[in-house]
Amino acid sequence: MADKDIRKEMPGVSETGHTYENRQEIYYNDNVGGRAVFVDAKEHDQPAVKESVLQERDKDKTPILDVKDLGIDFGGLTAVDSFNLTLGRTEIGGLIGPNGAGKTTIFNMLTKVYEPTRGEIFFNGKSTKGMNTVDINNAGMARTFQNIRLFDKLTVEENIKVALHHNTDYSLIDGMLHTPKYRHEEFRIRKEAMKYLKIFGMTKTAEYKAGSLPYGAQRRLEIMRALATKPKLLLLDEPAAGMNPSETTELMNTIREIRDRFQIAILLIEHDMNLVMNICEGIAVLNYGRVIAKGFPEEIQNNPKVIEAYLGKGVGAKKKKTKANEEEIEEALKKGKLESKASGKPDERKEGE
Amino acid sequence: MKLLTNLISGLSLGSVYAIIALGYTMVYGISKMLNFAHGDVIMIGGYMSFVMSVYLGMNAWLALLIAMFVCTCLGILIERLAYRPLRGTGSLAVLITAIGVSYFLQNVALLIWGANPKMFTSLFEGVQPIRLAGGSLTVTAESLFTIAANIIVMIVLTLFVNKTKAGKAMRAVSEDNGAAQLMGINVNQSISLTFAIGSGLAAVAGVLMCSAYPVLTPTTGAMPGIKAFTAAVFGGIGSIPGAMIGGLILGIIEIFARAYVSTELADAIVFACLIIVLLVKPTGLLGKKISEKV
Amino acid sequence: MADRILKSISTRGLKNAVRGSEYKKEALISYGLLIAGYIVLQLGAVSGLIGRNLQGQFVPICVYISLAISLNLVVGISGELSLGHAGFMAVGCFSGVLVARVVGLHLGFEPAVVLIAMFFGAVMAALAGFVIGIPILGLRGDYLAIVTLAFGEIIVNLMNVIYFGFDGNGHLKFAFNHPIEGIEDNDRIIAGAIGATGTKTMATFTMGLLLCLFTVFVVLNLKNSKQGRAIMSIRDNRIAGESIGLSVRKYKLMAFVTSAALAGMAGALYGLNFSTVAPLKFNFNTSVLILVFVVLGGVGNIWGGIIAAAILTVLPEAFRQFADYRMLTYAVVLILVMIATYNPTIKSRVSAIWAKLKPVKNKDKDKDKPKKAKKAGKEGA
Repeated sequence: MADKDIRKEMPGVSETGHTYENRQEIYYNDNVGGRAVFVDAKEHDQPAVKESVLQERDKDKTPILDVKDLGIDFGGLTAVDSFNLTLGRTEIGGLIGPNGAGKTTIFNMLTKVYEPTRGEIFFNGKSTKGMNTVDINNAGMARTFQNIRLFDKLTVEENIKVALHHNTDYSLIDGMLHTPKYRHEEFRIRKEAMKYLKIFGMTKTAEYKAGSLPYGAQRRLEIMRALATKPKLLLLDEPAAGMNPSETTELMNTIREIRDRFQIAILLIEHDMNLVMNICEGIAVLNYGRVIAKGFPEEIQNNPKVIEAYLGKGVGAKKKKTKANEEEIEEALKKGKLESKASGKPDERKEGE
Repeated sequence: MKLLTNLISGLSLGSVYAIIALGYTMVYGISKMLNFAHGDVIMIGGYMSFVMSVYLGMNAWLALLIAMFVCTCLGILIERLAYRPLRGTGSLAVLITAIGVSYFLQNVALLIWGANPKMFTSLFEGVQPIRLAGGSLTVTAESLFTIAANIIVMIVLTLFVNKTKAGKAMRAVSEDNGAAQLMGINVNQSISLTFAIGSGLAAVAGVLMCSAYPVLTPTTGAMPGIKAFTAAVFGGIGSIPGAMIGGLILGIIEIFARAYVSTELADAIVFACLIIVLLVKPTGLLGKKISEKV
Repeated sequence: MADRILKSISTRGLKNAVRGSEYKKEALISYGLLIAGYIVLQLGAVSGLIGRNLQGQFVPICVYISLAISLNLVVGISGELSLGHAGFMAVGCFSGVLVARVVGLHLGFEPAVVLIAMFFGAVMAALAGFVIGIPILGLRGDYLAIVTLAFGEIIVNLMNVIYFGFDGNGHLKFAFNHPIEGIEDNDRIIAGAIGATGTKTMATFTMGLLLCLFTVFVVLNLKNSKQGRAIMSIRDNRIAGESIGLSVRKYKLMAFVTSAALAGMAGALYGLNFSTVAPLKFNFNTSVLILVFVVLGGVGNIWGGIIAAAILTVLPEAFRQFADYRMLTYAVVLILVMIATYNPTIKSRVSAIWAKLKPVKNKDKDKDKPKKAKKAGKEGA
């Protein structure tokens, strides 16, 4: 599962675009198994597709997430209504929709930042009723935030160590007096934190304050921090926001890599269609707090409702543009010049000089 | 009858707290700072009125007006010199500066007027208390006037904030400083105005308080200041009607605690009530709920 | 596994990044300052350079340093404003004095009595912190500040009506809201508004140093532990903290109770330094004084707090002859220092001056560079 191989075969880069067959092949190659499913058990328009595919990979397993008729009102305003979603245990799902459609609100309800007005959420087969944000994380759901929320004044290493608190085993007294038990545990979690940094190629940043990192690194750190709590389901809120195309491509690989390595489910909100169509195995489209379409990426892309409500006329243009970018990147990659080319932010350019 | 007497003195004390609390609440609303020097502005107001009426032999009401004028200027000056340079640097820095200003005012008063208590002459010197119900219920002119003043101040201020352009600008600035500035509101002017009104009212409160409890020392303002601040939080800091309700309730609790429980423990009871209210309603009685966007 | 691009992108732009604080350095400076200060002051006292008045301030200096550090745990590390720190000091003071009197009857070795008193003071203050902390730590920001203020005042108020003493048979007697009848003045331990009285002054400068060292040890260790990191995380971003499973209340309570315990310990030593301490000593003004130490020393900065507490306790004492203008000057200096350190314009001016000073060094380096380049060129040629 070398990264470079994936990139070569990456559907987004290929001429024909991203087809289901292509991607399935890759996943088989990656030894992950068949594709998972992202279905709505309640919607009746495409029942055949959903049932059959769920059984391929996550057969006999309870879905990691099963959301039933979820809804929330703010005052008199209904922000989200009758939202249904089922996510397999190793599936990558996407949640898309125009600004203000209620995507982040759904994340907030899943993590109990908001208490849903209606409906029920089953996480790992158990209802999350009565749980708070902390309980949700303890149960195995971790998330990132649209507007990055790091512990700015702590170092990168500390940010990850904090998230490892679940399996750091010493008492307050040990912490105050730095007993041998403290030393032993600290040594262990330091090693573990470095392991995460290594996976994400950020060992060099360990000692820096999180708030002073460049943007891309901050997003990456946020994902790392969420992962360090050892979740079964990872929620990513616009992970590619503010990234340039090459960073986005790299992020796509990272997300796949996370799924493969940790064998977890991922649900993401994203505006970058290229990313969503490439890595999501199932997509739900939200508009005005309601699901207007749900299905495989290719179904979504061709769904007239979605095109009308969300993608609009810009689809074609966007696709072309992305394709052009991709070609450029691919070319650059071949020449090994991507690093110098990918200069999107001023601070990065500075360092290039 | 004793109950009624206590209720009236409670309302009177509460009215003083309410007027002071207005200064706290308005300043907090507009600049999100705990202005701990506010209590000492009350004290300065008391001393100014004292100087005018006793040393210079002025009419007590004229003295009150002059005290108001001096305190208004003082408030603007304090804001301009001590708080404005620190605007937007976090509440802690401003809080410590406010404490510095408080020390400063207390020590200036100490240097000028000394530590010995001054006997304050009431606004209603010589006015006989009204005796009702065959003399068992006495209501002093001070009490009545304080309560009336509180009501008038409250009505005028509410109208000012809601109806006038300057008042609306103040509300806009407390809602969102940056946006108000973009809309062409002069933020500096609005904040100065808030301090001016708050400090002017502090002078009124100082004179009223000293009329009822006629002892004046450089630390006279400290405890009423803290209690009025408590009252402002009690009612929901930032809210004008909240300050009035908080002040009145606190005054009544304090007088009743003194009368029926224990003089030593009165303050403890007042503060305990604040804590209980905040535990039930974390932002005070009329406070707005703070929500954080995720 | 991690590929090349990945690495390069994530480390790009690191030039603008800031390195985190170094615990070892912070600890070294803090311990160094305390021990050096102790040696200097002791030498000064022995050689007679430091007068009696100032010598009398040695223990209070230590106590205030310790208080500044423990308050920093709440204000700097936990990020909550506490305006009632002196309340915990009061609890520690009175319970410590009480225990010292009782234990002192049976134990002759004074340092041991002081240690027991400090331990008991810490336990009682921690208890108070726990009882107060549980309900209030759900409040936010300034509301929490005002509640801590209220609790500080309540504690002082309660201390005003508490009476402890020995009766004729040497039994401990307690009374609430009225003096204990029929006991002699010498047998009073805590007497309402008079406070702790008839205390044998057992506190020594060395005990004070130990107190400071212990406080620094605990706070710095805590900062560099799982719990401390969790506390700081919640300070930096509460919602993110919850999202990774940190219970806000639990960790805030941890910081609050630890801070209270340390303040109680300091309070006990303070109580044993004077024959009489009145409850009024622990009112709002003292809480604010400690907060001033913390802010002037730099919020979250341990050794800064040590310096600020030491200087601000010594200076007013040293300028006692200018009594009238002493506090006035203090107030003015306080305001000016706050403005000078926090005002954005002044801040940027200062850093601009720094920047002007710094290039002098860099220019030398730049001068070297072309030479080297030339050399290299020559060599190449």
